[in-house]
Amino acid sequence: MDLDLTEEQLAFAAEARAWLAENVPATPLPSMDTEEGFAAHRQWEAKLAEGRWSVVSWPEEYGGRGAGLIEWVLFEEEYYRAGAPTRVAQNGISLLAPILFGHGTEAQHERFLRDMTDGTLIWAQAWSEPGAGSDLASIRSTAKRDDERGGWILNGQKTWSSRAPWADRGFGLFRSDPEAQRHRGLTYFLFPLDAPGLTVRPITQLDGTTGFAELFFDDVFVADEDVLGAPGDGWRVAMSTAGNERGLSLRSPGRFCAATDRLIDLWQRNQEQDPFAQDAVVDAWIKSEAYRLYTWGTVSTLQEGGDIGAEGSVNKVFWSELDIAIHQTGLDLLGPAAELRSASAEAGGRWVDDYIFALGGPIYAGTNEIQRNIIAERILGLPRGGDGRKAS
Amino acid sequence: MKFVISEEQRALAEAIDQVIESVGGTAVARAASEGDAAPARALWEQLAELGLLGLCIDEADGGMGGTPVDLIVAFERLGYHAAPGPYLESAALLPDLVDPALRESLADGSVIATAAIPGFVPYALDAQLCSQQFIVTEDSITPAGAGEGQESIDAARTLHELVPAGPAAALDPQAVALAIDRATLGSAAMLLGAGERLLEEAVAYAKLREQFGRVIGEYQGLKHQLANVRVALTFARPLLKGAALDLGTPAGERSVSAAKVAASDAAILAARTALQVHGAIGYTQEHDLSLWLTRVHALASAWGTGRYHRSRIAASILAPAAILSPAS
Repeated sequence: MDLDLTEEQLAFAAEARAWLAENVPATPLPSMDTEEGFAAHRQWEAKLAEGRWSVVSWPEEYGGRGAGLIEWVLFEEEYYRAGAPTRVAQNGISLLAPILFGHGTEAQHERFLRDMTDGTLIWAQAWSEPGAGSDLASIRSTAKRDDERGGWILNGQKTWSSRAPWADRGFGLFRSDPEAQRHRGLTYFLFPLDAPGLTVRPITQLDGTTGFAELFFDDVFVADEDVLGAPGDGWRVAMSTAGNERGLSLRSPGRFCAATDRLIDLWQRNQEQDPFAQDAVVDAWIKSEAYRLYTWGTVSTLQEGGDIGAEGSVNKVFWSELDIAIHQTGLDLLGPAAELRSASAEAGGRWVDDYIFALGGPIYAGTNEIQRNIIAERILGLPRGGDGRKAS
Repeated sequence: MKFVISEEQRALAEAIDQVIESVGGTAVARAASEGDAAPARALWEQLAELGLLGLCIDEADGGMGGTPVDLIVAFERLGYHAAPGPYLESAALLPDLVDPALRESLADGSVIATAAIPGFVPYALDAQLCSQQFIVTEDSITPAGAGEGQESIDAARTLHELVPAGPAAALDPQAVALAIDRATLGSAAMLLGAGERLLEEAVAYAKLREQFGRVIGEYQGLKHQLANVRVALTFARPLLKGAALDLGTPAGERSVSAAKVAASDAAILAARTALQVHGAIGYTQEHDLSLWLTRVHALASAWGTGRYHRSRIAASILAPAAILSPAS
């Protein structure tokens, strides 16, 4: 397909491919949601930074290459094709950094950005609370002003905080104005996970690893320098993250194209297990292609000054369901051996691990039910209400 | 980037919309389904004047010299309005397979032609509108006479068996394959247009119809179904664009197949959902929804079924050699 790539863009992709071929570990790293695996993935971030591949789209002064959107997609395609490790620094690089660039102070840029590029500073996200999942605006954790010390006192509980068991800092919203309702009176905080009064309790996930944790805040002091954006303006600040998370950046097409390549390979070796799986393999290929082409279309739109907006919700429903379909088909092709997860299993049990990982897709970053509401209301223009949701 | 529709293509789509609306919009398909071919002929003349019938024909041969992307832009509008007539046959399939004189007559609309492709498109569409019919095989074309018309699931389509009525002319198999892929891509675009219209109609109805004291579009049960249609159509569209850019290259066949599968599946989902949203009123022939509900199923089985196109993709991607070399 002719994407009108320039010589420079093709050279950029070739350089990435060559570096990855030389540096991607031959044996997959242990899961980043184990202590040993987290440390190994932290080291990989340092390796990426050494080659200046950890944050290609960031400005050069912060360790990036100032790469455009097209180069970013090219890099991601190469990254997944090379079978490179999952990015343990993703919360910080993909979710926090865009906001930090947009809303952070010069001092915050200096304190945080460089350390985020080489695994020195890894972030956990802290959005959900026990009573605030899909309905994120019903947050109840509080921030109380402490003028004497020049900061805030945090209390309450966060949960499903990904990477928190071994990360260095967290980011999330706290209610700083107890009188304000829902989206108002929230403040965005950047806090160290080893702060006095903060307890991190790892939660064992479906796959047995501890990718996320509960956070208990018991009079945790956070200085003013760790507030992102203006106090009380946290919702608006945070939503630029959510849009990003649900949109282009979280799942690059390379991920699904690489998984589909593995699926095709598996089909060629295991088709006798389930001859009827051929259609499912073909459909996985069609949808991965659709996702790849859609992404290039989105890139074109953005290049011409357009906006993703609510389209990000269409995107999220599609890739999360595609991810499950690809891995469900993989398990079908493994036949009676599909449940095996030990090192002797096909690809060291990766099909099981990736399937379980995929199951989270329709839940995190806004459940697919919330995404479908957004599609229906903001894209199709159907009226709100009728389901007990409060007006926002 | 070639992924963004150009101003010219937008203008082409709008011009087609205006022409179809000026002839009566869905009334054309409605008349055709009641046996009145006059509006369909009138629309054909007007679209010929616009250049649509010569869209895929070189300017030197009296056409517009359009690209495959122009083709999908135009045919999406035909599907959106459920325009009746053998447009795929006359404008996408036959131009490259007939002699230059006939090509020119197809381009200016003075000849309306239809075709059957045994084993693929077994019946020729709407011979009652046509002055010429052809049987196309993988390496030949034969003038043909049309048998009596048979009913389709879509009342605006009439199907004809063809019998040879002249000597066969040999054709380059590659040219035939390309012409069939071009028409297949056009059918995918028509399906996408029909799917978009079905979604629009369903959303409009869901905003009006009230039950239990509120418009039914407030209910999540319907919202989520309609959102799923939006997702399916949104992700079929880039496959069409990709196939249009790939047409005539080694990846063209499987890209066209992917576009047809995705557009068929999305349009059928749109049809099922639109019917469910409309309820009993959608189940009547009187309601215009029936025009697209039935068109979608006709187009999904014509120009290669899902089975055919999935097999073609499988042959391309699942053969070990093909993965290493997509050009094979």
